[in-house]
Amino acid sequence: MRILLACLLALLFAAPLRAETAAEILSANAALVEKASRQTIAPVIDALGASGDPTAAQVLEAWGNKALGIRKSDGIFFLITANDGGYALTDLIGAPAGQAAKSDITELKPNAGVRGMIATALVQFTLSDPDALKRAAALESIAKDPKPEALAPLRAAITNESDAKLKAQKQRLERLLTLRFEPDSAARIKAIDSFGADLGLDLRAALNPLLATTKLAAAETPTTNIARELKPGRDLTEIEAYDLLVSANLAPARLTIEAARTALIANLVNGAVAGVPLADLNTQAARDRAYTALEAAGTVPQAATDDEAAAALKAHHFYDIYTEPDAAVTTAAASALQYIGHKVAAMQAADLALDGLSLASIYFLAAIGLAITFGVMGVINMAHGEFITMGAYTGYVVQLYVPNYTASILIALPLAFAVTFAVGVTMERLIIRHLYKRPLETLLATFGISIALQQILKNVFGTQARPLTSPAWLDGALNLNDVVSISYIRIAIFVLALLFLTFFLWLMKRTRLGLEVRAVTQNPTMAASMGINPDRINMLTFGLGSGIAGIAGVAIGLFAKVTSELGTDYIVQSFMTVVVGGVGNIWGALAGATMIGGLQKMIEFLNPSNTLAAQTYMILFIILFIQFRPRGIIALKGRAAGD
Amino acid sequence: MTRSFLIRTPSLLIFIACLALFTIGVTLAAHYGLMSTSFVKTLGKTLCLCLAALAMDLIWGYAGILSLGHMAFFALGGYMIGMWLMYARTEEIVVASLLNSGLPATPEEIQQGIASQIFGVVGASDLPTIWSFAHSLPLQLALVVALPGLLALIFGWLAFRSRVTGVYLSILTQAMTLALALYLFQNDSGLRGNNGLSGLQNLPGLDAVSQDSISLWFFWASAAALALAYLTLSWIVSGKFGSVIRAIRDDEARVRFLGYSVEGYKLFVFTLTAIIVALAGALYYPQAGIINPAELAPIASIYLAVWVAIGGRGRLYGAVIGAAVVSLLSSWFTGGRAPSIPLGFMTINWVDWWQVLLGAAFVCVTLFAPKGIGGLFDYFTGLHTPDRKGAPLGPDQGSLQEKEAIE
Repeated sequence: MRILLACLLALLFAAPLRAETAAEILSANAALVEKASRQTIAPVIDALGASGDPTAAQVLEAWGNKALGIRKSDGIFFLITANDGGYALTDLIGAPAGQAAKSDITELKPNAGVRGMIATALVQFTLSDPDALKRAAALESIAKDPKPEALAPLRAAITNESDAKLKAQKQRLERLLTLRFEPDSAARIKAIDSFGADLGLDLRAALNPLLATTKLAAAETPTTNIARELKPGRDLTEIEAYDLLVSANLAPARLTIEAARTALIANLVNGAVAGVPLADLNTQAARDRAYTALEAAGTVPQAATDDEAAAALKAHHFYDIYTEPDAAVTTAAASALQYIGHKVAAMQAADLALDGLSLASIYFLAAIGLAITFGVMGVINMAHGEFITMGAYTGYVVQLYVPNYTASILIALPLAFAVTFAVGVTMERLIIRHLYKRPLETLLATFGISIALQQILKNVFGTQARPLTSPAWLDGALNLNDVVSISYIRIAIFVLALLFLTFFLWLMKRTRLGLEVRAVTQNPTMAASMGINPDRINMLTFGLGSGIAGIAGVAIGLFAKVTSELGTDYIVQSFMTVVVGGVGNIWGALAGATMIGGLQKMIEFLNPSNTLAAQTYMILFIILFIQFRPRGIIALKGRAAGD
Repeated sequence: MTRSFLIRTPSLLIFIACLALFTIGVTLAAHYGLMSTSFVKTLGKTLCLCLAALAMDLIWGYAGILSLGHMAFFALGGYMIGMWLMYARTEEIVVASLLNSGLPATPEEIQQGIASQIFGVVGASDLPTIWSFAHSLPLQLALVVALPGLLALIFGWLAFRSRVTGVYLSILTQAMTLALALYLFQNDSGLRGNNGLSGLQNLPGLDAVSQDSISLWFFWASAAALALAYLTLSWIVSGKFGSVIRAIRDDEARVRFLGYSVEGYKLFVFTLTAIIVALAGALYYPQAGIINPAELAPIASIYLAVWVAIGGRGRLYGAVIGAAVVSLLSSWFTGGRAPSIPLGFMTINWVDWWQVLLGAAFVCVTLFAPKGIGGLFDYFTGLHTPDRKGAPLGPDQGSLQEKEAIE
């Protein structure tokens, strides 16, 4: 407060001093400057700051950096630079002034407090510095650590600002500082209102300290700025309330079980405490009785029992008190924050929707291969997760040989498709084609493959996580404002999911292969009699599903840890996606992924501490959902449904 | 129906006799020090797994429902008995430590001591509500049956009434297991999160008895439970009930049109097997000594199906043999006792490669020998598969294949 007043005084008295130069001010106050202390030096520094002398900034900076000295012989100030022979002197206007021996010069060594004042005074010079970068840096340093002293120089530096962007920043910062540090309450409220529903974090950071509260216990209503009255049991627990009383010296400390124990043991006489036999002290009531008896005898200090504590609570009131004394300001800040809160909530909903969408695209990518094999062919592939893992490991191996991340990902995507396509086709030829129409056996056989593949991957790549690094242009996030942001990698995955959706639709609706796949799905016998080879179609379909799982693996590996258990984490969710969405339809997988992704994010938002619980509730919800739509969101009807 | 129950199920007497001989053999071997305590425990645990597999065979082999969630009931049974074991054991320790504190302990102090002992690891010091019955063995034993039974009843009712069948049901049961496991993994689930319950091998009040004797007791109890369950299930499947559930396995729609309440039968089998599995779990975990949510991982339940398939489904002894063979082989291979095979360019170390062998073996069994190990018995007793020109016994997904059936 004192500094603030000093600043104001300095501003008032600055005008008559304006004619003076920095050198004149310094020599006029030489004694003060030489023995500078925090208490006394303020007028000098302020005079320098207000002098309008262009050299004042240099002088102040030199003073702060201990590069200002006085020649002992005549008491003239010089900028000094230490060299071999002592100091090289420069006069305050900037002209070289020769050399002096070390003993001829008194070096000024301002203490930390004075240096801080110098730095504050320098702010106004940096704020008006010709270099825009320096001005921006000064603004940033004020914004990072807002101080009341910065307000006056900041205001002074606004009108002459030439850069429109910096000017806007300065004005915003000025209002932020005003609402916190301005003594005039009306000006503060005007500053608060001027922001409206601004979403900036800086605004909330400035408003929140205004609303900081402390808890207070009192017998009567205090006259300070009360936020609200607290009821013990409703707003704060009775124990907390009693602790407040104790810390305000309004009540004696409560008797803890431990303290009672110690006191009782200390007063054990002839196998009894205050007449209560030791063997009877195995209930809390008996111990309380014994302690009260000791209290009455005066052998132990008074301590509140439960009844006394309750009476004390009743006799006092509890309040949340604003640390900010001005009620009008706190009201304005509270309503501004509430208004901002509404807008933030809306933005958070948007952010949540984006999060849900990106999780949905991940599930969609993981499930699309399953939607093909399970949905179209009716084959449950428990090894699907291992295909995803294989895709991710393919990416890792490619990065071992191709150091450029962009190129390596571009190579890895088709390569992962090729690898998993080959494994999928092999698996279909060797095993699955013998088990068509036996989905339960397929499930178990593919599970056998799954554990074997997982162990092989573990043996080859080890148990520790392998890096799969995304290119630098995928790092970072797209920030729409301080609430809504989405990382580029998630956008890329979303785009990839869209690409696959389009590719799949094109493949099924516009190509010969798609036509044949649809024919075989609907009626293999009829398709065969029309010259389609169902064996070949099944093989290709299964290969396609596996290949897409491989590509999904590369995408998932970019943000998840690549271990041999990567796919296992997604397999149940993928099955859920297909089952919830509806089998035999790509739109079903899309709907399922959207629902599961959105739902999971929503539950996580409601219960932010716990993603495990979110998954639990989501699975429970799915189990219930299946009750009402056993065939999924988008169910095939009629003959295509198969029964 | 005129022939007596024993004649209709000739395998029963043979099985009971083999089990009895095995039990006596192990007892003698342990008595004369030929068998280590840990191996007796392994055998006892294996018997419990056999019991679980027996129930799995009833639901999958006989009723055609491939449940991938039965190990959840197994673990739940273990958790229920584990709560009492841990509570009672901790109570002993707390009471003993409070004895030296100068004053006789109040019930609140004992309760508080137990709670902070058990829940200190997850940063809590209050006993959660679900531990309300943990002080009493009879109540907790009732929960071993009641909780998994109730869960199975509710889940089964929801699933069967909406006609969820085949692979959908499998996936749904798997999801249920995952949900339960994820729930138990939380620290605030009240069951110590991923620390699980531990020290279950120490029976309260039996400090004086050595682990040698306790392991034998549990071995006998497991053998008795297995024998009893085998007897009960043989009786169940040999009668009319058995015929109906086999018919449901092969052709559910036809059974429904004949006027049977298919859902009721399924629900009964689902709940009954859940209870048997939970009992098996309650016998298993005191021998294992520790239980944590990883035991509920969906993969454990699939292994249960794998055991039944390798033993041969649709025959009770098949399930027992499958579970015993696979789990014993598994502990032999993963225990590092199996000799490594040098191949020149690499060495097959069975600890790393056993899973691959198991997976491959399982695929081969599914493809080439659907009868599993049980097929050997058919071969030696001269039983043949019926000639159905490759058609399975019925249209349903769980129906027996031609190669699995016995004429």
